[in-house]
Amino acid sequence: MIKWQLGTLAELKPETPRVSSLYLDVPEWPGHLAGQHVDVRLTAEDGYQAERSYSIASAPEDRRLALTVERLDDGEVSPYLVGELRVGDKLEFRGPIGGFFVWQGQDERPLLLVAGGSGIVPLMSMLRHRASASRKPPARLLYSSRKFEDIIYAQKLARLAAAGDGLSVHHTLTREKPSGWTGYTRRIDAAMVKDVAWPKDTTPAVFVCGPTSFVEAAAQLLVAMDYDPRWIKTERFGATGG
Amino acid sequence: MPAMGFISRGFRGRRRDVASSARVPPGQYVVTDFPVLSAGPTPRVNLDQWSFSIEGEIDEPKRWTWKEFQALPSETVTKDIHCVTKWSKLDTTWKGVSVDTLMGGVETAAEFSTVFSDGGYTTNLTLDDITGNKAWVAYEFDGQPLDPEHGGPVRFLVPHLYFWKSAKWVRGIRLQKEEHPGFWETNGYHIRGDPWQEQRYWGD
Amino acid sequence: MADMTLDGNAIAGLLREIFTMEMTNALGTCGSCGAVNEVGRVQVYLHAPGTVVRCPSCEHVLMRVVRGRGKYWVDLSGVRCLEFAEP
Repeated sequence: MIKWQLGTLAELKPETPRVSSLYLDVPEWPGHLAGQHVDVRLTAEDGYQAERSYSIASAPEDRRLALTVERLDDGEVSPYLVGELRVGDKLEFRGPIGGFFVWQGQDERPLLLVAGGSGIVPLMSMLRHRASASRKPPARLLYSSRKFEDIIYAQKLARLAAAGDGLSVHHTLTREKPSGWTGYTRRIDAAMVKDVAWPKDTTPAVFVCGPTSFVEAAAQLLVAMDYDPRWIKTERFGATGG
Repeated sequence: MPAMGFISRGFRGRRRDVASSARVPPGQYVVTDFPVLSAGPTPRVNLDQWSFSIEGEIDEPKRWTWKEFQALPSETVTKDIHCVTKWSKLDTTWKGVSVDTLMGGVETAAEFSTVFSDGGYTTNLTLDDITGNKAWVAYEFDGQPLDPEHGGPVRFLVPHLYFWKSAKWVRGIRLQKEEHPGFWETNGYHIRGDPWQEQRYWGD
Repeated sequence: MADMTLDGNAIAGLLREIFTMEMTNALGTCGSCGAVNEVGRVQVYLHAPGTVVRCPSCEHVLMRVVRGRGKYWVDLSGVRCLEFAEP
């Protein structure tokens, strides 16, 4: 049985204007797999509780447990995590949870990661885990964001891609692009997916994460390219809650 | 509520007004938005094929097309609504046809009913709980046509009971001699659901 | 609205409480259409007043969970068979 436990916020790092990473010290953290999540629970003084799931951003090899949270304006939990919570505060959560949407370093299949917005978080854990694996399968990330400033982990992704170990990162912006932008500038579509995705005869491992409508569009595009639906694992983030 | 549990410093959650407590049943808090709860996909309704019926323990089942339904005498009512998930929304305004109007002239030995919807949802209600100015079949909320996510084109409205009884996407009432617990009543939720007696779950 | 639907990953924690082990890789056979899917692939409606799980192929209700007064009420009758490995 997973129990509720307390972590202490050791560091708070802004990633974008609306997104920050929380680095937690957790005394008896059992370790986790890339792609898993935790359930965070907040309790008010009158006993009222709110619970939300957040993907783990850190790799299994990292010292601290990291969560990356987008602050939703009308959210109930995210404005507390990104706005109120301070270094030294304790946070109640349970985990790690999940087993389906998980990537482990022993999987040698070419890796295709497709992210919409904050869907990048569990995929980042996978890429960080891959970076410390001894045998790295070739990997491609297709990451859709609204604007340049909204790209989470922009620098970190650039560094991972520059390592020359078989990872390429492809961005698309759907609302606004900065001058000099060389990435895609539209919602994902058949042509973009065809450019980035591995040829189907490589039988890749695919992980798609983001808002429900994004995930369903991306998965359909891949299946239309004759990808076996069984290769594709999806994780939908709700537009509800927050 | 945790006895000696951990409290998150500085967390208050959504503003939970306990306004005029005489209007708020036990265990509820007042909200100003209108949360959407759903047990399945929002049905796509073709108004040309839509109908509302009263069937079952009735000599002559009744059926109205959309046009016929719109032509029935309607009422605008303002009611408080209470969801079993603890939120209450005060002074909600609805326009629709009273179940008393629909049941006008109906003779039946039935004491119970099942209200049924597109998508398969059902809820059980006694005839006593849906007649006598207690229930409506509503197609407008707050002066606007009812949103699909809130049950449009038409939902059941029985505000004196927990709001799971106000079935969305309603298509009819089946009159019955015996009680047939509905979708939630067969899975832990109270057979009647009176918020003033806090009848949320089996055994309450 | 498509964005109301989540997938089986969203109930991983709830299923851990009920089954005492990780269940998102368990294979469920839909009692209506016979489709076999990992729990991670099912359609989940969390905001119900309970949790409703539906087959991704035919939308038949696979599972319902209600929690209250210190109890769970679980209906698995929509799943013909659930296959999962020993922990």
